[in-house]
Amino acid sequence: MTARASSIGRRSLLRNVLRWVIFVVVGGYLLIPLVAMLEFSTRETPTAMAWKRTALGWKGIADNPSVMSAIVLSLELAALTVVVMLFLLAPTMVWVHLRVPKMRRVIEFISLLPLTIPAIVIVVGLAPVYSRLMPVIGQSPLVLTFIYVVLVLPYAYRSIDASLRSIDIETLAQAARGLGASWLQVFLRIVVPSIRAGLLSAAVLSIALVLGEFTISSLLVYDTLQVIVNQVGQDNAQVAVAVSLAALLFGFVLLFIVSTVGAGRRRAARATAIEAGLEEGDLYE
Amino acid sequence: MAGSAALASATGRSRGGGRRGRVRGGLRYLGVTPFLVYVAIWLFWPTAIVVVGAFRSDSGRLTLANVSTLVHNATILNAFKASIELSLATALAGAVAGGLLAWAVATGNPRGVLRRVVVAASGVLAQFGGVMLTFAFLATYGYTGLLTLAAAHFFGLDPYSSATWIYTLFGLGIVYTFFQIPLMVLIFLPALDNLQPQWQEASANLGGGSWAYWRYVAGPILAPSFISALLLLFVSAFSAYATAAALLSQGDPIVPLQIRTFISSEVMVGQANMGKALALGMVVVVAVVMTIYALLQRSSKWRVQ
Repeated sequence: MTARASSIGRRSLLRNVLRWVIFVVVGGYLLIPLVAMLEFSTRETPTAMAWKRTALGWKGIADNPSVMSAIVLSLELAALTVVVMLFLLAPTMVWVHLRVPKMRRVIEFISLLPLTIPAIVIVVGLAPVYSRLMPVIGQSPLVLTFIYVVLVLPYAYRSIDASLRSIDIETLAQAARGLGASWLQVFLRIVVPSIRAGLLSAAVLSIALVLGEFTISSLLVYDTLQVIVNQVGQDNAQVAVAVSLAALLFGFVLLFIVSTVGAGRRRAARATAIEAGLEEGDLYE
Repeated sequence: MAGSAALASATGRSRGGGRRGRVRGGLRYLGVTPFLVYVAIWLFWPTAIVVVGAFRSDSGRLTLANVSTLVHNATILNAFKASIELSLATALAGAVAGGLLAWAVATGNPRGVLRRVVVAASGVLAQFGGVMLTFAFLATYGYTGLLTLAAAHFFGLDPYSSATWIYTLFGLGIVYTFFQIPLMVLIFLPALDNLQPQWQEASANLGGGSWAYWRYVAGPILAPSFISALLLLFVSAFSAYATAAALLSQGDPIVPLQIRTFISSEVMVGQANMGKALALGMVVVVAVVMTIYALLQRSSKWRVQ
């Protein structure tokens, strides 16, 4: 008994050592570039390392009008993309879920399609579409929203779908309809609050994707954040690296907040599941 | 009581009402039209332009010339070969390193801060865009990068000769691992979470050690998910454009960069639609990989049930 216990103890010690080796090696491999960005962006002379630090690279962000207007443009595009995505996709998915389940597979297939059509392929066919539609939609850089909604479709679909699956929306909707609610009321007062977490993560993923988008905007010659960062990088690498690091940190904070919200919800679901005597396996940890 | 009565009347209402019910049945499909119209304009139309354009000459006539150039031109074939090799290599590296990292995360506290930090950081690195990753790469390994200067300082290596590899395909591959590894963590973590501790206990009770557990239990269960993840990583590297465009401003060793040249510069006579043919070639490669992926998903479904 004790021999077996000690062998298990030794095994779990080994496992922990292995885990930390992996964290240090793989984690370090990914983390060092981020540290290097901080180091590089705060150097006094860009070509040599020294202990003395400067914030000039970071100040350069605010002093550079093209960087600032690119940040504004990308944030506007992100906001518009989220709005259009939510208004287009969420009602469609809920409607299909409740009223036309036959269409579910079709909508899923279409929504995941952009994953398999590379952005560089779409952009080749996009220029003629934009030039044809120019009289209707105009030529402000904000027209990128239309194609960005397509790009975020797979990620948004998955987030919302996971939320829809986790609740018994049919019964809730039926109950509400039975009590005299209209479909609009069902959607706004029953469904939307119950899939809040999915909508939130769909929105955050869309924001991250739009802020990081380069392929389409650069080839259609619009000055979004990534295009300008790339351009600034040619002559002032420190400012470009500072902007990149700032954007990465911003994205990280966004995703971390969403994971905290998500974890809160999962914990609640877990508590219910545990009360019901499920998930004993998971309690093992 | 009142609730169930209302439910009953609701079902009654939807079942009854013959004609009206049928009309509304058809109208239900109207709810999906805005979505379908939208994707028709912004997804199907551009894709159709690419596919049809690949088979058209400069003057708009139907032709196989573009596709024939695609499969006979040495430069283009080499670009496809380089793209496929690069995607395969970085998918393998990403799958192994990312798989290990995912395992290290999955064996920890499922509600811990460490896990949430790794997952959020992976999300940012995997989906936040290649330009920034290229700058991260240059700030680390470039001529004046942190590690290059550190190597110069501690080992006396000349930065200008020790960092010549950064603008090669190998350097590009290193940048790709910056998003491949995190992407693997995101894709593979759910599969690892599904491993039940009871399986390990059962294996241990039958006298199996760690090796036996991984060889006969966890390995075979995880294999389909691992291969699926590998295929997705391949597609993500194959489709990537931003990283390469930001790193390699001249020369176009891989297909997306060749497409850039075809659509952003003056093209030669007879090649107006070559960019579309190249794009079609990319779609074909991705379609083949995704078909394997779909078949794999279908054949491994029984495991879940």
